[in-house]
Amino acid sequence: MTQISDAELTENGLTEMAAGRILLIACGALAREILDLKKANGWDHMDLTCLPAKLHLYPEKITEAVIGAVAKHRASYDEIFVVYADCGTGGLLQTACDELGVQMVLGPHCYSFFEGNERFADISESEFTAFYLTDFLVRQFEAFIIKPMGLDRHPELRDMYFGNYEKLVYQAQTDDPALTEKAKEAAETLGLAFERRLTGYGDLEVTLKAL
Amino acid sequence: MSDEEDDIILSELSDDELVLQMHDDLYDGMKEEIEESVHILLDRGWMPYDVLTKALVEGMRIVGIDFRDGILFVPEVLLAANAMKGGMFILKPLLAETGAPRLGNMLIGTVKGDIHDIGKNLVTMMMEGAGFEVKDLGINNPVENYLDELDSNEYDILGMSALLTTTMPYMKVVIDTMIEQGIRDDYVVLVGGAPLNEEFGKAIGADAYCRDAAVAVETAKEFMDRKHNQMSA
Repeated sequence: MTQISDAELTENGLTEMAAGRILLIACGALAREILDLKKANGWDHMDLTCLPAKLHLYPEKITEAVIGAVAKHRASYDEIFVVYADCGTGGLLQTACDELGVQMVLGPHCYSFFEGNERFADISESEFTAFYLTDFLVRQFEAFIIKPMGLDRHPELRDMYFGNYEKLVYQAQTDDPALTEKAKEAAETLGLAFERRLTGYGDLEVTLKAL
Repeated sequence: MSDEEDDIILSELSDDELVLQMHDDLYDGMKEEIEESVHILLDRGWMPYDVLTKALVEGMRIVGIDFRDGILFVPEVLLAANAMKGGMFILKPLLAETGAPRLGNMLIGTVKGDIHDIGKNLVTMMMEGAGFEVKDLGINNPVENYLDELDSNEYDILGMSALLTTTMPYMKVVIDTMIEQGIRDDYVVLVGGAPLNEEFGKAIGADAYCRDAAVAVETAKEFMDRKHNQMSA
């Protein structure tokens, strides 16, 4: 695979089938990270298919989409692993995965597993006024934050959305100065203090390594 | 809004036309126009309660339906709510003076560890519009905040809101503490927030999960009706 377009991952997801025995059904927002990990670790036994990242804007649709993807691919693989955390499904995704007999990533959302679920739980009491962005969300800041929230058309809504937040934490998966600069600009746009934290892949790498 | 519509002079519209125009203006989030129209209707001798229910609440009901049907999205609803807020600000003191009907008292707040309040604020506004007196505790409320306030004043309904999977279990902490203190059944407990669902509401012992502000209002009304029926039986 050459260049993956973020816009494509947002709208349509990704299918990168090969001959693996495990299929990862992932959020499009994690595609690049998973492909990087696969490449770095030589995980050729895993194939990847991604649902559109924009499902994150409608978490109530995630569970159904995952169920559909599992049904579609089940017969072709020995094992399926769902690379979503709870992601705003209120436990429904976990329940569905249990019923389907497939495993999924532990934790409430990607901010948590990138940070490391344990550490995220520890800091969440003192950091609940933080707004998180990952590499993907920094790159797709306009598509995921500005446009869906209507801030491009109605910047006056900013404080209704973000008035209770204090800082933007950029959880960097990679060391990319251009992305850091973009994340800083995002913090300015939202009127928040800025903090960059190099998390790497956190529990995502640990989880996939165990497969 | 087209240029033609920009030319509308609100004060020249009949009452019926003006009310319909207010529904449109709410839909379009036009706060100044809503404020002007509220003043016009009051100057024409309308009761504040009628302005509230026929113009503002009805307008927001339409907004709510289109939001539920996926025609409107959060930004548009927020703009509409902001416009309604402008109208409510004018009407609120007048409603108390003119003896508008009171359906009940509600205490509402976002739970501990959660700073999200857009949904809660919408519920507060729609409940007030429906005739409930609402005390808003704001965001990040530990159990003590809810219980102290319930103890200090008379409430019929407790509303709790959470946007995060990580914070929604705290609602159970509040309900369990109410059970421990023997006050759970003194209140109707309504819960809401994006990651919640009906099952979760039941599992934590709430009386109802409300998926949006309009449902919260209808649910609260039903519970108050039942309460009044029980009292008169």
